[in-house]
Amino acid sequence: MLLNSKIGLRLTFGAVLTILIAIAIFAYFNIQSQNRTLLTEVERHATEFSEHLKSDMRYDMMHADRSRIQAGILRIGSQETIEIINVFNKDGEVIYSSDLSSVGKMVTIEAATCFRCHLTGEPLKNLKKQEHVRIFRHAPDSQRTMGIINPIYNEESCWTANCHAHPESQTVLGVLDVTIPLTEVDETIRQSQVAITMLAISAIIVLSVMIGFLVRWWIDRPVRDLLTATREIAGGNLNYRVEVKREDEIGMLGKSFNSMTDNLADARLQLFQSDKLASLGRLAAGVAHEINNPLTAVLTNSSYLLKRSEGSPEMNDDLKVIVSETIRCREIVKSLLDFSRQTVPKKRKADINQIIHRAATVVENQLSMRQVELVMDLDDALPSATVDANQIQQVFINLLVNACDAIGDGGGTIKVSSKVISLGPAGTLQIKRALCRKRHDLVDRKVQVDGKPAISMRFRKGKQTGLIHLDPMYGSSGHQLGDMPDLKEDVDLMCPDCSASLIAEGETCPQCGSPIYVFEVPLKGLVQGCLQSGCGWHRWEQADSAWDDEYVEIQVTDDGCGIPKSQLPKLFEPFMSTKGQKGTGLGLAVTWGIVDNHNGTIVVDSEVDVGTTFTIRIPVGI
Amino acid sequence: MNQKQDILVIDDEHTVTQAVAKICGSEGMMVATAEHAADALKQLENNEFRLMLCDIMMPELNGFQFLEELVRRGIHTPVIMMTGYSTVENAVKSLTSTGAIAYIPKPFTADELLAIVNCSLRCSTLLEEADSAGLEHSRAMSYVPSPANYYRLGHISWALMEDEGTARIGVSDLFMKSIDGIREFELATTGDELLQGIPCGQATTLDGLTHEIMCPLSGQVIEVNDDASSNPSLVEKDPYFRGWLYRVLPTNPKSDLQWLSL
Repeated sequence: MLLNSKIGLRLTFGAVLTILIAIAIFAYFNIQSQNRTLLTEVERHATEFSEHLKSDMRYDMMHADRSRIQAGILRIGSQETIEIINVFNKDGEVIYSSDLSSVGKMVTIEAATCFRCHLTGEPLKNLKKQEHVRIFRHAPDSQRTMGIINPIYNEESCWTANCHAHPESQTVLGVLDVTIPLTEVDETIRQSQVAITMLAISAIIVLSVMIGFLVRWWIDRPVRDLLTATREIAGGNLNYRVEVKREDEIGMLGKSFNSMTDNLADARLQLFQSDKLASLGRLAAGVAHEINNPLTAVLTNSSYLLKRSEGSPEMNDDLKVIVSETIRCREIVKSLLDFSRQTVPKKRKADINQIIHRAATVVENQLSMRQVELVMDLDDALPSATVDANQIQQVFINLLVNACDAIGDGGGTIKVSSKVISLGPAGTLQIKRALCRKRHDLVDRKVQVDGKPAISMRFRKGKQTGLIHLDPMYGSSGHQLGDMPDLKEDVDLMCPDCSASLIAEGETCPQCGSPIYVFEVPLKGLVQGCLQSGCGWHRWEQADSAWDDEYVEIQVTDDGCGIPKSQLPKLFEPFMSTKGQKGTGLGLAVTWGIVDNHNGTIVVDSEVDVGTTFTIRIPVGI
Repeated sequence: MNQKQDILVIDDEHTVTQAVAKICGSEGMMVATAEHAADALKQLENNEFRLMLCDIMMPELNGFQFLEELVRRGIHTPVIMMTGYSTVENAVKSLTSTGAIAYIPKPFTADELLAIVNCSLRCSTLLEEADSAGLEHSRAMSYVPSPANYYRLGHISWALMEDEGTARIGVSDLFMKSIDGIREFELATTGDELLQGIPCGQATTLDGLTHEIMCPLSGQVIEVNDDASSNPSLVEKDPYFRGWLYRVLPTNPKSDLQWLSL
């Protein structure tokens, strides 16, 4: 359960298991190889010793000096490293031994010393070297012992010797059997085993801890941070950002995540403001209706009285005030309705720079009183935009007054800049009509992709056929391909009405090699795009070349007190004021409403004690 | 049928009906009041009026539904629509509804009310005369037939689409005849933006009243007829040709024109 829920733990577990197996195998073979080396060494040593002993006895054998032989064996056999030295004759009788009590004893053919040669019916004359050696235990719980048998072969000097003890026909005269205890060797082996095992265990522990730590540091923590961020965002906290410290894939993921969240937050803010302003509009409309009725009574009655009171100058003056103030109320209600989009903005071509200058003139006094310097950095080549000049002027006045208030009494600088920018059609242009060659409209209002009517096509692959729905946003690729078979295969696309082909023959997507669809947007040329969901390759020459939408971008920057991050999301809400009693809290809401009315966007960027920048983008329009 | 009264005011706000009754009464008109459409319809069964003032936002039957009911009952009395919820849509819808001849946004002054009432009463009289002269029965639309291809906003103003994509705007002869002797025109200037259903100029008459000219078409003014503004009588004599007021570049002709009648 825990393994399934934690990627870091899973990774660590996998890595540790791999290391464990690798080190265990390594340790096992290492111990084995050490064992072998040690035993081989002991074996070689023992064999050499046996040979030396044999050659040492040769002289005495030749002279058949039995007592000297026995004395020599006794002497040598008394060494600590030797357990016992036996010499057998051909019949299996112990003729010499370092243990005198063994002399004269018989061994059977089954005895460990003999059976190697006498295993088969005919005794072997020549035993392979490694088979001279045997390792055994006297009892199951006793120490290991190594026995080396060294056959004493018949030779000419033996059968020609004076004693004539051995006939010529005899090949093997006897066997020299040296037995060495392996106590020390086994101890060394045991110690080395312990050492290697300890080393392996500590290596496993150290590596596991390190891997665990690294996985935690490099993967677990960033993934957990991202997960926390995702949960926060999902929970509606769009201010949450992932801390990006690294440049690797996870760092990139964090960056992408943050920018995605930024976009989401912006979009939601715009949406939220639209909604808010719409509510404010409904509220204002309701208020207007309710207030206009009592105002009608006041205005009609007072203006009626005014007409009748021409003979009484004193009353006349008072009534004039009532009438004019009631008319003022009427204008206020009307402007409230104007702001809340109950009336259409009166748009026409206007020079934004000129509007900025006009707005600056309005606030000039206020700025100079507070020793605020206004720096203009306006693009002379700014194209005129289709806007309601009065409303846009109101926007700039609001922003300048806000900037001035943010700077306070200490003096400061407000910078206003304007420039023209181009934003491409990809991702911003919705395809609302798409025609096949026979002029059938492919836009299907019954099916929606991302809330917009999809472009529907019929596919055919062999006998299989069905509908697919393409993303109508130009350059987006949220296609719903349904149960269409693999794209790489030979798929045909057709108009659902007339079966005219919609596949661009002989062409494939330069990015992913998938088939390309093609259709016509009336009067605006052919649109091609990649069928692969998520690829997004597209080509629409008319849109790509001529439809880069131009926007006028205006920035108003101040070096005032800044706005705390916590207040930024609420900044454009109606009745939200950072100025306490000084403001109505409607300025930025109205500003937002006006910019939104012009299909523009307004974004704020602020840092406490550094300053605030408002960026407005307004489409230049036709 | 009883004697013909001058005006019936319909509004769910008692203060408004009272104020209208007082102001119009002071000018010697006979005014009846109703608090809702049903009450008004009841009074219309027994009385005839020369003019009605009707609020748009009313409980149960609203102003527009009231107008429909009038058509259903064959009552041709001209109606001035009033509303506190003054939007372009309401204004245009009022002026294009059968039976409504004028629109006045609340709140209004006594003079504004008298101007529109006088103008509408005169209009009503002219229509009655036309009736008795045996002209066509669908009245406001055919009083003095305007030339072909002229789009009209109620009986107040007209728009003529020109081949170059521009449009000319002027006032109708019925409107000119309804207001009493023009003293001067106050018009917008070149470059101004006009909105359909919103006043695009004022005509001050010899009696000192100011009459708003509702604009038939949204657009930017590219030319003002100086002849008309300097010589108001030209408009009175020849409102459809030499007496035009503005040449505009329409901003949204397609949707604007659907509100207008040919």
